[in-house]
Amino acid sequence: MTDYLIEAKNLSKKFPGVLANDNVSLTLEKGEILALLGENGAGKSTLVKMIYGLYGSDGGELFIKGQKVEFHSPAEAIAKGIGMVHQHFQLVPVMTVAENIVLGAEKTKGIKFDLVAAEKEVTELSIKYGLEVDAKARIEDLPVGMQQRVEILKMLYRKADILIMDEPTAVLTPQETDELLKVMQGFAEKGVGVIFITHKLREVLAIADRVVVLRNGKVVGTTRPKDTDQEGLATMMVGRSVVLDVKKDLANPKNNVLQVKNLNVRDDRRLPAVKDLTLEVRAGEIVGIAGVEGNGQRELVQAITGLRKIDSGTVVINNEDVTKLSPHKIHELGVAHVPEDREKDGLVAAYSIADNSVLNRFDEKEFSKAGVRQIGAIRALATKLVEKFDVRTPSIDTSAGSLSGGNKQKLVIARELIWGPKLLIAAQPTRGVDVGSIEFIHNQIVAARDAGSAVLLVSAELDEVLGLADRVAVMYAGRIVAILNQKDAERNKVGRLMAGGDVN
Amino acid sequence: MTLTETKMDNKIGFFVRNQSIVVPIAAIFVAFVLGGILIFLQGVNPLVAYRAIFSEAWFDSDGLLRTFQKTTPLVLAGLAVTVGLRVGLFNIGAQGQLISAALASALAGIYITNLPPILHVIVALFCGVIVGALWAGIAGVLKAYRGVHEVISTIMLNSIAIGILDYLVSNPFQEPDQSLQRTKKIAETAVLPNIGVIPFGFILAIIICLLVSWMLNKTTAGFRFNTVGKNKFAATYAGINMKLMVVTGMLLSGGLAGLGGAIETLGITYRFEPAFNAGLGFDGITIALLARANPLATIPAAILVGTLRAGGASLQFETGIEPEIVDVLLAITLLLVSAPILAKYLFKGKAQKSANVTSGWGN
Ligand SMILES: Nc1ncnc2c1ncn2[C@@H]1O[C@H](COP(=O)(O)OP(=O)(O)OP(=O)(O)O)[C@@H](O)[C@H]1O
Ligand SMILES: [Mg+2]
Repeated sequence: MTDYLIEAKNLSKKFPGVLANDNVSLTLEKGEILALLGENGAGKSTLVKMIYGLYGSDGGELFIKGQKVEFHSPAEAIAKGIGMVHQHFQLVPVMTVAENIVLGAEKTKGIKFDLVAAEKEVTELSIKYGLEVDAKARIEDLPVGMQQRVEILKMLYRKADILIMDEPTAVLTPQETDELLKVMQGFAEKGVGVIFITHKLREVLAIADRVVVLRNGKVVGTTRPKDTDQEGLATMMVGRSVVLDVKKDLANPKNNVLQVKNLNVRDDRRLPAVKDLTLEVRAGEIVGIAGVEGNGQRELVQAITGLRKIDSGTVVINNEDVTKLSPHKIHELGVAHVPEDREKDGLVAAYSIADNSVLNRFDEKEFSKAGVRQIGAIRALATKLVEKFDVRTPSIDTSAGSLSGGNKQKLVIARELIWGPKLLIAAQPTRGVDVGSIEFIHNQIVAARDAGSAVLLVSAELDEVLGLADRVAVMYAGRIVAILNQKDAERNKVGRLMAGGDVN
Repeated sequence: MTLTETKMDNKIGFFVRNQSIVVPIAAIFVAFVLGGILIFLQGVNPLVAYRAIFSEAWFDSDGLLRTFQKTTPLVLAGLAVTVGLRVGLFNIGAQGQLISAALASALAGIYITNLPPILHVIVALFCGVIVGALWAGIAGVLKAYRGVHEVISTIMLNSIAIGILDYLVSNPFQEPDQSLQRTKKIAETAVLPNIGVIPFGFILAIIICLLVSWMLNKTTAGFRFNTVGKNKFAATYAGINMKLMVVTGMLLSGGLAGLGGAIETLGITYRFEPAFNAGLGFDGITIALLARANPLATIPAAILVGTLRAGGASLQFETGIEPEIVDVLLAITLLLVSAPILAKYLFKGKAQKSANVTSGWGN
């Protein structure tokens, strides 16, 4: 027994109306990478939060390195060598990498904080684990992938030998993901145990030593990558076979719905982010924007939906110039928007699912009569969304903040798709969503297209763009560098264009 | 985990889930205990002192009327701050809005002379509401279009209001042949009557509370307000005009504070005299925080504060304790309810064991 880093025995966790973990038992050995897999709402995050001391358990026992523990706070878990990397980083943006890493565990020289020693230590640590990062750089100047490294280094600095990573790759570029996977393998070689949660089966197969699958809060199986494949894992998770490729007929594009002409937009730092961009999307077609995140996609979407000021150029939707219109007016023209940051923009965490299901439609005739909210109609809509899109929740009165990550995403998608928009703008529509639900969401997007919607898809998942889009627009450094038909959009070619190379 | 531990966790879970009731009540309790110690140190039995307050405030018909009179503007001041909080605005300026309105309605009550009774009251109330709203509206416009933080601007507007009003009542509008800084009495036609021990203004305040509660919880306008207050990014995404909401939120908040000032003038003091309404707006902040920004809860919170204010006077008479002890009680209460961080810290370890105080981390 003392061989295990973690041994959980029959852990259970109840939330109002849900048994999020039901007698879950699990072990983690030294140097092992354990992948936790399961549908949205299966209980993965809950399980690791219990191990990390964020939640108490409602039953069961937890042993860390052979010792029975009962954590009341993450501080106690950290003291036992457990580190967790959250999706929302907990870093001080104006401080340097080294300062952030040693914060709270500073070494001092007399009464003075010894920055030089800290930087040296951090650099040594980063070389040892292959997590190169500039110790003197300020956090706010670093890309997401680097910030994540700092989070990991923070844990290592505190001598963590158990690392928990909850969907660390969801926000990374493919390249950053590959690097992270290598780093994790490096940890394992040094004897660190890693619990790794992801919805990307490829990643699981690439680095996991063992896979534990959860469904409805219960462990439904354990396997090893060499004994299975993507289909096998998907079937274990969902309980049925999943079609991983998108099935759709040839597009039948009609009139122009979205016309963007010579668009120039700045980012938050007032630097040009979208440069002289021209793009058209027609009714009945899906145009996918492929590109490494941070090449102006976000600003483009915000400009079209009225959330960001346009420097110059025009946006026309259904023959109406919307360049200067408010988000409200643009929405009224039949534009649905799945924002990339569901937590920040797409939902009000404190509101119920019912209120969130009309977040941007609350003043439509159906939901508001003479200024009074029509609770009956709102609840009926929420019930429909939850049923049709399989949002896993005890009830529509549950707060959106307590939904699992993937279920939040499903709720937003459902809200935007249900009313048959003329133009659907979907940014990262399946981020954090399980394979079964990805299949469903893809089918729904195709169905919207077939029903005559124009769809603009923005995704960091190249496979998603290539599978779903009828036309692929490659975006690099604020410009569309190529527009390809689906049959010509060959993976390597698009990849080269995304990196700023040319077609040949 | 043993059975008893689970039981205990459930009990703590109950407190955590009902924080919005438990925290204010605990705060009041702690304040009374600490205040009791202070009273005891002055050689008076705290129970006797508290009994003096409450028997004066509740069990004496003059006292009861005074309690309701004190409570009436407090309900509206608390409601004003509450509405602001719902839109994510901290209106520290209820005091300035309330006193400007009090003067405005006094002037309307004095100098408009040709109106029949009911209409005169309505017009005078209306003048107060408008002036209160506009005074707060300045802070709203500054915030929406210039990014000036409302806490700063409303505090400054408080000082400006006090200065202007002092000038007005010591010069143009001072009661003739009077050394006190105050206006004349308002006309009979502008008086808001009492119904037994209940001032008519109190009933009005309760009705307004119900209306505001209904507005916030059941109407589209309320949904807009709440959304802005809870997540301004999502509000922008949802097509809500943030600037407009900031301005209307301030107008509404100031209008409510103004109504409080107007009722005070027309139903209680019958004239404007700066000394009369000192501190009402600030008590409104205590009340709103005690009520946790719930409009209906401002009623009991205001009654509590009104009781202490009304009963405080008899404290000195009966026990020799300075009525300022009431300020101490309210200050301790305010400190405790406005420090949710502290409360969270105290609850922390156990809280996370049993309840959903932390929402998901995004995955
Ligand atoms: N703080 C909370 N309060 C109430 N219910 C919660 C809370 N956190 C999670 N739940 C519920 O517990 C269940 C499991 O959620 P959890 O976040 O563990 O899922 P998950 O497996 O991480 O899903 P995902 O893949 O979508 O991230 C869900 O039904 C969720 O609604
Ligand atoms: Mg999760």
